[in-house]
Amino acid sequence: MRVQAQIEVSAPPELVWEMVTDPARYLHFMAGLTRWEVMSKSPRGLGARYRMLMQVRSAEVGGLIEVVEWDPPCDLAWTSVTGLDQRGRWRLRARPYNRTHVEFRLSYGVAGAGILGWVAERVAAPTVRGHLRRSLTQLKRLVEHEQLRALAAERRTKSRVA
Amino acid sequence: MEETTRAAEVSPNGHRGEEALTDVSGAPSAAPPDRGLIERVVRGIARQVQSRIPVADLDERDPDYIRENLPGLWLLASIYFRGEVRGLGNIPETGPVLLVGNHSGGNLTPDTGVFTLAFSAYFGVERAFYQLAHNLVLSMPGLSFLRKFGTVAASPENAETALADGAALLVYPGGDWEVHRPIWESHRVDFNRRKGFIRLAMEQNVPIVPVVSIGGQETAIFLSRGETLARVLMLDRLFRLKVLPISLAPPWGLNIGDMLGHIPLPAKITIEVLPPIDLREEFGADPDVDEIYDHLIRLMQETLDALAAERQLPIIG
Repeated sequence: MRVQAQIEVSAPPELVWEMVTDPARYLHFMAGLTRWEVMSKSPRGLGARYRMLMQVRSAEVGGLIEVVEWDPPCDLAWTSVTGLDQRGRWRLRARPYNRTHVEFRLSYGVAGAGILGWVAERVAAPTVRGHLRRSLTQLKRLVEHEQLRALAAERRTKSRVA
Repeated sequence: MEETTRAAEVSPNGHRGEEALTDVSGAPSAAPPDRGLIERVVRGIARQVQSRIPVADLDERDPDYIRENLPGLWLLASIYFRGEVRGLGNIPETGPVLLVGNHSGGNLTPDTGVFTLAFSAYFGVERAFYQLAHNLVLSMPGLSFLRKFGTVAASPENAETALADGAALLVYPGGDWEVHRPIWESHRVDFNRRKGFIRLAMEQNVPIVPVVSIGGQETAIFLSRGETLARVLMLDRLFRLKVLPISLAPPWGLNIGDMLGHIPLPAKITIEVLPPIDLREEFGADPDVDEIYDHLIRLMQETLDALAAERQLPIIG
């Protein structure tokens, strides 16, 4: 089952990329995430591994995931190593006027689960999609506020110098 | 003490008849003299039943099978029972641990299913997780799939094997006594003074993690344990059953014994996992079993009372 959500952020792709690739920030904007810890030596980049769990109704589902695609500041993709079968992707594309189109995709399932697995994937989809949408909304707010704070700090520095 | 005066009796299946985890008072005594035909028949049937109790084979647990069936279990737990499990982070990440729960829901025990789903999803099916069940559960045809989920017959030997293997082990000391309690005792933790699990935790030096659940006892209208009836019919000696429960449950209406199960009502199941208890750290190098038991019951009862206070309506939650 594949679910996705998208949003436009009023910030350049580089700023959004910094946010979505920083494991220390994930619990700040990811909705539904109940566990997120770095399990590899390197906290970011190709091959980085994380243990993640997401609340989907009665269970916290997830497992160990690994970054398998790293193309700054455009694409980041991961796949599951243990736990729920999943493949996810952040897709960032520049838009005019220093904006970024952000797409968050997640494919999930349990191989071999048969008809009940098929039904479960579809029943879970609204919950998962809701988490993705809220995550993007929170990401947008976080990135844009940080950009505003950075610009304000820059103006203050310039006025002191002047 | 009462337990030390009983001689151990070895069954053909290799199970010792000493104090079991779920049955402190039901351990058979040393063989009495033959008292006639009825006595021989009773012993013969008991031996037949004992011979059908499977010795724990931990390899029967099948992580791939569990993984493939988790979506179905998730549907049942999420849609039908609207299960909610809190505090899984309190369970130690690795190593053996004794999970001690209060038991509800008759022979179907929906709280076990909800907890198994939550545990397996949280820690992954790779983590060994076993559950002790009454002998009869595993002897009954059609329920052999439970062994693939890691269900093993409740006995001290099986429990020691699982914990020595480094697994998480779920036990319900209240057993058949608690699971068939009347509906007006729904919000009561009742282990019937069974303390074998405490001795097990001390001997194996593993922490105890209390698991408190609510809602299971609302899945049918449980009227009576039927302990007098069970005694009269010698079920204790035949099958180690202290109860012959009487309830109202679909599709049977009046349901005596619950041997064929029932269709549980869609009661909301809420489970709370409490912080682990290191017995020697909290109770000293030579802890008193009764003190630990009273403390644990008090802790679990307080939690159950809090969960009950959250519920606004029966079944709905």
